[in-house]
Amino acid sequence: MPKKWGLAVDLDRCTGCGACVTACHAENNIPTVGPAQAARGRAMHWLRVERYWEGDFPDVRLKFRPVMCQQCDAAPCEPVCPTYASHHTDEGLNAQVYNRCIGTRYCANACPYNVRFFDFFHPRWPKPLHLQLNPDVSIREVGVMEKCTFCIQRITAAQIDAKANKREVADGEIKPACVQGCAAKAMVFGDLNDPESEVSRLARQSRGTKLLEDLGTLPNVSYLERQSHA
Amino acid sequence: MSDAYTRQLNDDLLRPLLQTSWRFYLLVAVLGSIVATGLGTWAWQMWNGFGVTGINNPIFWAFYITNFVFWIGISHAGTLISAILRLVNAGWRRPVTRCAEVITAFALMIGALFPIIHLGRPWLFFWLMPYPSERLIWPNFRSPLVWDFFAITTYLTGSVLFLVLPMIPDFALVRDKTTGWRHRVYGALALGWTGTPKQWHRLESAMSIMAIAIIPVAVSVHTIVSFDFSMAPVPMWHSTMFGPYFVAGAIFSGIAGLIIAMAALRKFLHLEAYLHPLHFQNLGKLLLLMSLLWAYFVFAERLTIWYGNEPSEIAVMNVTQRGSFAPLYWTMVVCNFVIPFTILSIRKLRTITGCVIASFGVLIGMWLERFLIVVPSLGHKYLPYSWGVYRPRPVEIMITISTFAAMTLLYVLFSKLVPIISIWEMKAGQHPAHASSEAVAHDAVLGETRA
Repeated sequence: MPKKWGLAVDLDRCTGCGACVTACHAENNIPTVGPAQAARGRAMHWLRVERYWEGDFPDVRLKFRPVMCQQCDAAPCEPVCPTYASHHTDEGLNAQVYNRCIGTRYCANACPYNVRFFDFFHPRWPKPLHLQLNPDVSIREVGVMEKCTFCIQRITAAQIDAKANKREVADGEIKPACVQGCAAKAMVFGDLNDPESEVSRLARQSRGTKLLEDLGTLPNVSYLERQSHA
Repeated sequence: MSDAYTRQLNDDLLRPLLQTSWRFYLLVAVLGSIVATGLGTWAWQMWNGFGVTGINNPIFWAFYITNFVFWIGISHAGTLISAILRLVNAGWRRPVTRCAEVITAFALMIGALFPIIHLGRPWLFFWLMPYPSERLIWPNFRSPLVWDFFAITTYLTGSVLFLVLPMIPDFALVRDKTTGWRHRVYGALALGWTGTPKQWHRLESAMSIMAIAIIPVAVSVHTIVSFDFSMAPVPMWHSTMFGPYFVAGAIFSGIAGLIIAMAALRKFLHLEAYLHPLHFQNLGKLLLLMSLLWAYFVFAERLTIWYGNEPSEIAVMNVTQRGSFAPLYWTMVVCNFVIPFTILSIRKLRTITGCVIASFGVLIGMWLERFLIVVPSLGHKYLPYSWGVYRPRPVEIMITISTFAAMTLLYVLFSKLVPIISIWEMKAGQHPAHASSEAVAHDAVLGETRA
């Protein structure tokens, strides 16, 4: 049975600390654009923590929601790409082939979650961050789109290791950088085709919701809605 | 047909080809330097990266796509209007058709550049084309951008043919009236035209076929341009009415462009005897009709969205009509509806000057309309956390200005090299009853339907 990778995010556990964002930047060689470019809307965070205030004063409640690519089954970004740079993998991921991308940015417009990012300039890192680049992840050149991959390099590495040792990939063995970096253990990654995996059990919970579900994009990221009033 | 009239036609319409004043060179130099600056700006943008524009996350399309839709829209003046007028045999079209068809060819060339200018990696634009690649990769035929590629190349090929076919007899005329290098160049362009009945018959059949074939192509082109937007699940883009709405808007701005071009030709090439107030009146009525149609579309679109009260769409509509885009929105309404409706519905104001003022209003209004379709929606998609604002940067403004200069430059050069009014069609249009050359100046000739 082919894998179908999914993620569950427990919003009750999320503290909004932003460790997932930092881990994602470090793992995936995401350029830091600096304050001037960030002010002009060029900040690149494959994963962002959205912060919403709910209710009226004094009964306000703070809510955090980490938003990354939802790896939709019916992804609006895929059919619009004229060169197949944005395409669907056998394991249900919305992959982006950087070398094939010509930068029409149509995928980013079609994406309802705004989780696709454009390289406005050649990537740069302030010293000494340029010494910590991850050798498993390619650097994207100017003029292409990039996005969350569910840390496909980690998925592939685990699968190669499992195959070499003639075993199956165990549930919880693969941890994308955001999952690994989350101190509150708010995120769980795994195979949604395995009904016994932890991510499947969490997604089936009554608290499980999908972001902008009514658009029919069939996301593979589940959010466990908040119940606590803390 | 009177010899005097034929001679006068030849003299008037061939004069721009044979005599050139210093003013022409000055104009070409000025326009040429603006175009060169624009090209230099584009090169600068490629060298430094796309970040020199005002594009940001989430507003990934802005000025360039606005210009793309605008110029493809302008291209609907020529071929479509000319084809319809040819099919209904409107006699007054004869002096209008060629200067209209040229607009199509040049506006399409400029418009088609913008999808390339706006690419992150423009040097790879040919990946949109289905060509035999050693990697066996085809373009994605599900993508509206690939449909665009086919629609625009089809329309450009068709409208260039439609423009060039009726130029053949005029090239032959220029060949016969000139000596030296002009004789040789126009001789080659005339493709051996000698004016035998067989040749005339073939030309007429080819024109009839082209006039019928080009209409569905023109309609499909702007429909497909609208699909770039309506295929994406973006608030206020994802609309079933975008196809006809865009086609109507395209014809609307196209007629405005044509009126301005005709008024300029009339003034600078002294074509008062050929482009009459009647032509402007008729095109002005057409512009009025399209203005009403445009207002109807906007009303239908806005009312249904307001009534439907879908949160994401209402957010876009509010920011457009009441928020930060409101000054642009209401300028658009004034330019596209209030000004043309007032000027063109009052007979006394429907003069050449009146039509030109209304047309300038429409060009501004229609450019704003496209901007207001592209930008507010992208800035206000579903998740408020990722909303954004857009401000154009000098790069985008310079490239936009230079395309207007490019259009003018191409038009000026064309009117210098080709008779801008079809001489043979004017001759064919002269009714046998009007024997004297004085009668020609009368509007009566314009009212007749068929030679």
